[in-house]
Amino acid sequence: MEKIGNIVKVAGPLVVAKNMSGVKMYDVVFVSESRLMGEVIEIDGDLASIQVYEETGGIGVGEPVFPTNFPLTVELGPGLIESIYDGIQRPLDVIYKQEGDFISRGIQVPALDRQKKWDFTALVSEGQEVSEGDFLGYVNETSLVKHYIMVPPKLYGKVLKISSGSFTIEETIAVINDGKSDSDITMIQKWPVRIPRPYREKINPSIPLFTGQRVVDMFFPIAKGGTACVPGPFGSGKTVIQHQLAKWIDAEVIIYIGCGERGNEMTEVLLEFPELKDPKSGEPLMKRTVLIANTSNMPVAAREASVYTGITIAEYFRDMGYSVALMADSTSRWAEAMREISGRLEEMPGDEGYPAYLGARLASFYERAGCVKCLQKTDELEGAITVIGAVSPPGGDLSDPVVQATLRVVKVFWSLEARLAYARHFPAISWLNSYSLYNDNIKDFVIDNVREDYFDMQSEAMNLLEKESELEEIVRLVGIDSLSGQDRLVLLTAKMIREDFLHQNAYHEVDTYTAIDKQYKMIKTIIYFYNQAQYYLKMGADIEALENVSLSEKIARMKYIPNDETSRIDELEKEIDNEFNSLIKQ
Amino acid sequence: MLKEYRSITNISGPLMIVEEVEGVKYEELVEIKMDDGSSRNGRVLEVNNDKALIQVFEGTTGIDTEKTSVKFTGKGIHMYLSPDILGKIFNGLGRPKSAKDQILPEKSLDINGSPINPYSRDYPNEFIQTGISAIDGLNTLVRGQKLPIFTGSGLPHNRIAAQIARQSAVLGKEEEFAVVFVAMGITFEESQYFIDDFTKTGAINRSVLILNLADDPAIERIATPRVGLTCAEYLAFEKNMHVLIILTDMTNYCEALKEISAARKEVPGRRGYPGYMYTDLATIYERAGRIKGKKGSITQIPILTMPEDDKTHPIPDLTGYITEGQIILSRSFHKKKISPPIDVLPSLSRLKDKGIGKDKTREDHADLFNQLYAAYARGKEVQELAVILGEAALSDIDKIYFKFAEDFEAIYVSQGEYENRTIDQTLDLGWKLLSVFPRTELKRIRDEFLDKYLPLFKKESSDKKITVSGGEK
Repeated sequence: MEKIGNIVKVAGPLVVAKNMSGVKMYDVVFVSESRLMGEVIEIDGDLASIQVYEETGGIGVGEPVFPTNFPLTVELGPGLIESIYDGIQRPLDVIYKQEGDFISRGIQVPALDRQKKWDFTALVSEGQEVSEGDFLGYVNETSLVKHYIMVPPKLYGKVLKISSGSFTIEETIAVINDGKSDSDITMIQKWPVRIPRPYREKINPSIPLFTGQRVVDMFFPIAKGGTACVPGPFGSGKTVIQHQLAKWIDAEVIIYIGCGERGNEMTEVLLEFPELKDPKSGEPLMKRTVLIANTSNMPVAAREASVYTGITIAEYFRDMGYSVALMADSTSRWAEAMREISGRLEEMPGDEGYPAYLGARLASFYERAGCVKCLQKTDELEGAITVIGAVSPPGGDLSDPVVQATLRVVKVFWSLEARLAYARHFPAISWLNSYSLYNDNIKDFVIDNVREDYFDMQSEAMNLLEKESELEEIVRLVGIDSLSGQDRLVLLTAKMIREDFLHQNAYHEVDTYTAIDKQYKMIKTIIYFYNQAQYYLKMGADIEALENVSLSEKIARMKYIPNDETSRIDELEKEIDNEFNSLIKQ
Repeated sequence: MLKEYRSITNISGPLMIVEEVEGVKYEELVEIKMDDGSSRNGRVLEVNNDKALIQVFEGTTGIDTEKTSVKFTGKGIHMYLSPDILGKIFNGLGRPKSAKDQILPEKSLDINGSPINPYSRDYPNEFIQTGISAIDGLNTLVRGQKLPIFTGSGLPHNRIAAQIARQSAVLGKEEEFAVVFVAMGITFEESQYFIDDFTKTGAINRSVLILNLADDPAIERIATPRVGLTCAEYLAFEKNMHVLIILTDMTNYCEALKEISAARKEVPGRRGYPGYMYTDLATIYERAGRIKGKKGSITQIPILTMPEDDKTHPIPDLTGYITEGQIILSRSFHKKKISPPIDVLPSLSRLKDKGIGKDKTREDHADLFNQLYAAYARGKEVQELAVILGEAALSDIDKIYFKFAEDFEAIYVSQGEYENRTIDQTLDLGWKLLSVFPRTELKRIRDEFLDKYLPLFKKESSDKKITVSGGEK
């Protein structure tokens, strides 16, 4: 029954084969005897254009093409966490053990370990009615992730058999009868990457997702289930921010996609994450992380697939009711992969040579994020996917089509500026250009659960920074001496906000992560300083004296106070009073 | 017996089309026999039914559709290797330059290599002391890094590259090293400068030279860096050597890439460069690094001239997105006779954080460079301000910043071509420069280091009077 096509054209990652009638769009095929994996992306009568996920050097006309009649799928089940996959979900650690240091072609390795036994605990009993998305039981995959085994989508019925115990992912753990036939359920599900997994309904994001990064949490917060983008020129710290978020974000599962970026960056994650401890549980961060690596020297077509592989895995964990955070670094490389394939297909190019469907593809990817009510009917389980995409516009130019198409869909914009990076102000997120549209969504939650005056602090600090940029213009023209004492105080406080609050050192053991409570206290202390100084200034204190108070050094060192010793920050207010008082007495 | 075809139907620019061919493979090496008996090399760019599109490395001058014959060799371009390649000179396709450069090959490798599995990479974290303060102190180079030099025409990039090659040392270690020098379209003089410098230091016997000079075929340059990297991978991962590879000038490589893309009538990306240039450059730059369990390493220093000194030009821009930082040279520094003219602020080494600190350089290194950077950036801002307002209008503390920025350029960055500073000298110099500030300004440095190091230099600096008084109370 197997039908075999023949190659008629090879041009880079694109192969055209004839005798292919009957294949469907986006079906997976294997190209040549070395069985390179590819995907059908255009059909013209008997001819099919195939994007090949591996290097095509040495492939020639006349070689066979084997259709599989299946779309590109990922395997979902226990064993995903702590893995590192390439763009089409081949485990790189297994490839390393099998093939050595370099990735050769045509390797086929199952994504999930078939031998490993997992301890399955059943949550339903025999005879019970179950429907799609219901939990049948769970496996403790890592100390941080309880992996629920769910009824696959579109399956309803009565549990005929289920048993706890030790199983591999291919062994039957339950049998479900839908009234017509019996289905054997294993712990593994397969799902086509280009189709979003189903959910019951989408809901508006309303809970903030704290990241331990001060500029993000305090000024431009992201919501659970939200979308954000980080565009910036090279050297502005996109990857460091993505790494920082992956490390410290308050999510239960992290999917990190290294899409067309440096190999050493993935190595860094692989080396660091097992060492770093989750601030809540104290367990290694790797125990909640899935890595997908298509580094820039790996085949370009697989780059296109890698973001879909990542988001599908994210959706699977979302369906278990988890809050999942997905970082894609960088979506520009994904767009460029689309551009390359589109060029080879000789499609009519749009802006900068990108295909006309760039915007639609980006939007549909980001739309797979969100807060949802999970499929299961038994209780009101909510899951969320938060997507944070880095964008690498050429020359840092924000008019780049990828940036523009992204900005149309995402709600949070963290704009990285080269100017800040040169001054080694990291994270180099511009406080004047960035925005977050989630402030309103999360308002109720923050006021009830964090602090009542959180948003007052935020707007007061933002005001000072905005005033600073206006005043800087004047200083540039006429010098600082011509400013009034009040204005100089604004400059002084704004500088404090910039240097002592916004600036955060990712490589300092304490400064790298700031709990939200400490963030609030830090900004509150600075605002308190400002308000008190204003008062004393009116009382006749000298601005020069205020600029040189010794406690400014203490304020500068707030960031190095460990998260569990924040009472030391509380004491600063008293010290501010004391020192200002002594100024008046002099 | 390989079949010979005389069915060339179309020749344009560096490309030609051969028809009625059978069994031709993508990326296969092609031998072209000319009418006069000489031969050329080509590579299959595309196969479409019985047509093959071939890129001719040596150019198509003199090729005709009747007498020229074409043979498909059935394999990609290979480099023949043995430990004897050290001290030898090869052309841009990896063929021996003269009879004395012949070797007895131990093996041959496809020049395209295979991507390193990210899982098998070992993180580069061994500090390389280049003896140049602006690099060691602020943009630290580590073994296995790819750190390009972005330069402009007329700037002394070659001297800096040679100085790095000459002075590079890993602290406390004597190990086998090799230099691979890859020239793409540079002039005879430029390449001779490197050869002379290597000869002077004796490094020539540990060097492999791959030369495609300005008068060599331009299309050959597509293969040249890959030939060099194949040598480097062989020496590093099979012969356990620490390899430093210098690729100069990447701009010429990209021009060749553009030429082929234009000849194929592809849809151009930015400024006429092909849309896949990022991917293509990545297959070169990513071939640097270290591998778990292997002793050797490949450290890459590509040099590229920025057209019109424009950092946002596609060549430096895409390079910066792939490489682990960049060293940028400044024309205004060069005019000010600062040597090396390294523009510190936009330069960056992404791997420095892993290569510095206790047991590697010194515990205070990270805080120190953060502070130096911040102070210098502020100093530059103050200098700009002073241009408008005059120096007198500056506040006391800004005057210190003003002076600091000047001293920093003159003493720290500038050091001359033959001065080889140890890392301790570089770090101490940084402290000395910072000691002019009141302690409250040094916010980026931890208290413990301020307590330990600042007093050592505070006294010294006030003795020598390089400081401006004021600001302290």
